[in-house]
Amino acid sequence: MGKIDIKDVPTINGEGFQLTVLDKVIAAARANSVWPLPFATSCCGIEFMATMGTNYDVARFGMERMSFSPRQADLLIVAGTISKKLAPILKQVYEQMAEPKWVLSVGACASSGGIFDTYSVLQGIDRVIPVDVYVPGCPPRPEQIIDGIMNIHKLVKNESLRRRNSDEYKDMLKNNFNIESDGK
Amino acid sequence: MENNFAHETIVQRLTAEFGPSVLSFEEPYGLLTITVNPVAVHAIVAWLKNDATLQVSFLTNLGAVHYPDRKGEELALVYHLHSLVNNLRVRLKAYVPIDRPEIETITDMYAGANWMERETYDFFGVIFKGHPNLVRILNEDTMNYFPMRKEYHLEDATREDKDDRFFGR
Amino acid sequence: MQDNDMQEGQIPEFSKETIDGNIATLNLGPTHPATHGIFQNILQVDGERILSSEQTVGYIHRAFEKLAERRPYNQIAPITDRLNYCSSPINNMGWHMTVEKLIGCEVPKRVDYMRVIIMELARIADHLICNSVIGMDTGALTGFTYVFQEREKIYELYEEVCGARLTTNVGRIGGFERDFSPAFHEKLKNFLKTFPKAFNEFNSLLARNRIFMDRTIGAGPISAERALNYSFTGPNLRAAGVDYDVRVMNPYSSYQDFDFMVPVGSQGDTYDRFMVRQEEIRQSLKIIQQAYDNLPEGNYFADIPEFYLPPKEAVYNNMEALIYHFKIVMGETPVPAGEVYHSVEGGNGELGYYLISDGGRTPYRLQFRRPCFIYYQAYPEMITGQTISDAVLTLSSLNVIAGELDA
Repeated sequence: MGKIDIKDVPTINGEGFQLTVLDKVIAAARANSVWPLPFATSCCGIEFMATMGTNYDVARFGMERMSFSPRQADLLIVAGTISKKLAPILKQVYEQMAEPKWVLSVGACASSGGIFDTYSVLQGIDRVIPVDVYVPGCPPRPEQIIDGIMNIHKLVKNESLRRRNSDEYKDMLKNNFNIESDGK
Repeated sequence: MENNFAHETIVQRLTAEFGPSVLSFEEPYGLLTITVNPVAVHAIVAWLKNDATLQVSFLTNLGAVHYPDRKGEELALVYHLHSLVNNLRVRLKAYVPIDRPEIETITDMYAGANWMERETYDFFGVIFKGHPNLVRILNEDTMNYFPMRKEYHLEDATREDKDDRFFGR
Repeated sequence: MQDNDMQEGQIPEFSKETIDGNIATLNLGPTHPATHGIFQNILQVDGERILSSEQTVGYIHRAFEKLAERRPYNQIAPITDRLNYCSSPINNMGWHMTVEKLIGCEVPKRVDYMRVIIMELARIADHLICNSVIGMDTGALTGFTYVFQEREKIYELYEEVCGARLTTNVGRIGGFERDFSPAFHEKLKNFLKTFPKAFNEFNSLLARNRIFMDRTIGAGPISAERALNYSFTGPNLRAAGVDYDVRVMNPYSSYQDFDFMVPVGSQGDTYDRFMVRQEEIRQSLKIIQQAYDNLPEGNYFADIPEFYLPPKEAVYNNMEALIYHFKIVMGETPVPAGEVYHSVEGGNGELGYYLISDGGRTPYRLQFRRPCFIYYQAYPEMITGQTISDAVLTLSSLNVIAGELDA
């Protein structure tokens, strides 16, 4: 190991500049203030409320502002069982959200129907809306939900700015879920 | 709290009042269970409610059971009643045939029976005559069968992704 | 306050024509933050006053009753968890007691007292959520965060007993799967010491708060007679003035050994429901203290080898234990044919299980008597003539849990 020389760096006063990529700045801004829409139906909703509480805080991620209006939300957190009666409403809420939007499916019921393999339960919300991250568990511990949220942050940070307007995205929505999207 | 009512006395008084409509009685696990003719259910519930000594004036539960093997009386309607004053519980059972599953409603006496009867209609198809709003309550309105009947499966018949061989059906 | 000139007991007509420009139809829709659950109310309002309303439920219908016909008796406990998920141990214990009644099993006293401790903890957890949510709906958000901290302590206690936080699946048919560990005793002693102080802090925020009282007194009243007609049970009925508590009327699990009061309100409005639940939390603490101080020695399970799993050492060494283990896990338990109705005092009222068995490995019919489903039908009558904000308060004070509403 060589010697470490500490030298004085000349201070620069006045305006500076930073060289970066626009994608990275926007990604950092988006990832640190994701506003969730808690679509909490059942037991996973209570675990989500515990995640919101002071022990497993989500305010450190900038997410404490729960938006119940889809127009102002970034992340749709579906926590709980979705029945077939509720599926059209879930789809409508998803369509009302503005791009870019992400979906976090919390719990076994939202991911795949869970233990309720019955005539009235939708076997997974990915039958009606595209899902970005699945959090398994029945109900998942708040630590797991936070892990899901951090995975969402990874997706948010690495997304290209053009993705939502691209043809592939629009085709994916149209072919799989019959959702017309114009990138807004 | 124990009550001072001997079950035989109650059945005797009921038989004296309603005669042949009271078909049988038994006491499984200490709860007086009286099987009655479905035509007399409304009158018997009213009598139990208005009787000054019994005061059975609280409707605990209302439901149905499907017995496909009992030909001619496949659907059993079960009423659980309770006297809060005397701590007396009574269970009434009435059997109706599945091709004409009709019985009179008790919503005029108990407002709480409204949704209980709607749920029974939704699950079993029992028609409550005189009910103010007998439509499906828990299932979708477009559903065209009564899911709790024994001939229907638990799972959705239209799903294609789960192989029944592996799910032990 | 409000002038409600409708006759008592008259359910208002829901008019489908809104040609008259004065009446607006408002959808307090299924996904509304204030409804705390998925149910829909279509309101007809004149300005801020509600004229009539129509309800739609069933948005989270999961077919519990049909599901129960498919599962063996010891596998039904996890689905009872998900009925009233804010106080799931009570649902579990109710189910275990129903099956024990059916098979005629007597559990040791120690099991009874352990059950009482767990059930009263669950009741405290349920009432804490309800009251903090009432506070949240009036605008007092702080109480919510304090209360969830206390709920975390209760979750830790559950974890010591059964490993899970929310949907506990605690206990087995015949007792418990393991005795209370030393860590549980420590945590419970700690809880009994520190919870009253935190609870009093939460209470001081709201109970005699001028703004809270003005908001909640007179909001969503119901008289005792109408409540009984609607088959109300639980804190909502007690707030209306009727002292019906299943723990007192049909005691189960040695509740007759404990000395506690049943709080009763007078007007049946939101303030009464809030205060009844607050007092019930104090009474539950008292019961837990008594049960814990007098916890009898003994076994933590009943001697029913056909239903209760034998210890693993016996399974590896003993032939009968191996056979019992196999049969219980495969669900071949010798349940006699019969029908039984058992009810427990859940967080919201009389939670009843009507079980018909035909001697097979799964129930023939299991019907849940769910208190939320039954008292929610009174909601239109309670909000007629009130303002929309009072309707929101009434809904949160009724403590309607969507899982129990739709089952």
